[in-house]
Amino acid sequence: MKILVAVKRVIDYNVQIRVKEDGSGVHTDNVKMSTNPPDDNAVEESVKLKESGKVKEVVAISIGEDKAQETIRKALAVGADKGIHVKADNYIEPLGIAKILKKIVEKEKPDMVFLGKQAIDDDCNQTGQMLAAMLNWPQATFTSKVNLKEKSVEIVREIDEGLETIEVNLPAVVSCDLRLNEPRFASLPNIMKAKKKPMEQINAKDLGVDLTNRIQQIKVEEPPKRKAGIKVANVAELVSKLKNEAKVL
Amino acid sequence: MSVLLIAEHDNSKLKPFTLNAITAASKIDSDVHVLVAGANCENVTKEVASVPLVKKVLWCDSPNYQNYLPENLAPLVTKTAEKYDHIVASANTFGKNFMPRVAAALDISQVSDIIKVSSPDTFIRPIYAGNAFATVKSNDKKKCVTIRPTSFDPAEKTGGSAQVEKIEAVDVPNSSKFIKREETKSERPELGTARIVVSGGRGLESGENFKLITDIADKLNAAVGASRAAVDAGYISNDHQVGQTGKVVVPDLYIAVGISGAIQHLAGMKESKIIVAINKDGEAPIFSVADYGLEADLFKALPEFLAELNKLNTIQK
Repeated sequence: MKILVAVKRVIDYNVQIRVKEDGSGVHTDNVKMSTNPPDDNAVEESVKLKESGKVKEVVAISIGEDKAQETIRKALAVGADKGIHVKADNYIEPLGIAKILKKIVEKEKPDMVFLGKQAIDDDCNQTGQMLAAMLNWPQATFTSKVNLKEKSVEIVREIDEGLETIEVNLPAVVSCDLRLNEPRFASLPNIMKAKKKPMEQINAKDLGVDLTNRIQQIKVEEPPKRKAGIKVANVAELVSKLKNEAKVL
Repeated sequence: MSVLLIAEHDNSKLKPFTLNAITAASKIDSDVHVLVAGANCENVTKEVASVPLVKKVLWCDSPNYQNYLPENLAPLVTKTAEKYDHIVASANTFGKNFMPRVAAALDISQVSDIIKVSSPDTFIRPIYAGNAFATVKSNDKKKCVTIRPTSFDPAEKTGGSAQVEKIEAVDVPNSSKFIKREETKSERPELGTARIVVSGGRGLESGENFKLITDIADKLNAAVGASRAAVDAGYISNDHQVGQTGKVVVPDLYIAVGISGAIQHLAGMKESKIIVAINKDGEAPIFSVADYGLEADLFKALPEFLAELNKLNTIQK
């Protein structure tokens, strides 16, 4: 079997986001970037399935500017076999990203596409489901456990009420949650080896898909700030404030 | 210019967040129609029909929709959407699962997780885990929108009498199978809708110590929350997680205990009306969003807190 795993380069989750004064977006210059966290889980699970012998090949793909190659190299360093960089310099909405991935799926013919459940920049949570719909494949979102069988995959998903178990036929799209596994760190020798692994480059414009964004970003602003609160001296004061001042008890 | 809203339910009862989504839908257009797709779900259609903001209920009953498998549900929604300008659902694990499939089938760029309707085509949605708010305008002819339920008040439940129209099921691909659902049973209120939430973090140091949190929660009739750190450390199950990767809660009172206040946790609770932080590290970022901060050792403070609460007799059940 073969897995295509999609990774996105985003602002590192530990970075405090700063909104630009002109309302055009957030500051990204000289900001630390890394792999979207649940995409790391998607890579880890793909590599684990390869190590188990059930999967033969793991191909990592990223769509974006040249620096997206760093994100692909990171996936290669933890065990992916090959990289595909689809070059695109502008922001593409999940709908366009799904169209690009569909083209790559048609070419690479994977049995499964793994990706993170959501990117922590635009927080859309759409790409996996859209790709599945375009391919007319089943999907498993918010995946926290994967049991790969011969022609299907049994998935435990995290839902609001608890956990849900489903079985979807292959080929399928699997979007990964953070509790799926513990992503490993790449060792230095593997980082060196990853530099020699193949990386295919494709220009998004050459794929013949409509990438026009349909959503116009009018402005980006800081959320309203909470006014500074007070420190109380002890528990008795806290309870008294909650009861008499905030009136929530 | 009607809005089609997809109801979330368990085939016998409507899930409460659908009421919040109805309010949001009515801000897009007053002609709100609700699709109830399920198996033997007539009771749900009655519940929806009695919501005054709902103008019409579309009822599709088939075993194929019993477990809301997105492969089955999305084609029905896509077909039903023909007559509508907006297709709307809650941005929870229900709506997030199927709505992008509908959007892709209709070649629409979905607007996810909105917190405000500015006009029928312009919405405000949080990005970067709520660290920025984006105002976005959809230029698609039809719009697929998911709604953050806690940002809208629930609609009135009774007084309406909308017409219920039965609609035909559509073919399903038979590519997915539901096996089981393990719902976390709790005597306490649901995290997403509770009036008070008491959350614990890594400061609790163990799963056993979470009893200090649950004792307070039981006294206050509150839901129990947790930070991602506490969940990752195995102190408590993930369905208690509050934050960017867990649930977003907006209670009247949020009590954060032993939680430092990582960006990802703040994203899930900072819209709460009153925030209390109890932490022994006076520099912890949680204090920057807290209305009342208590710099104290939680192992000393929580038993005292419980004792003080026991002295009050005004706790609302």
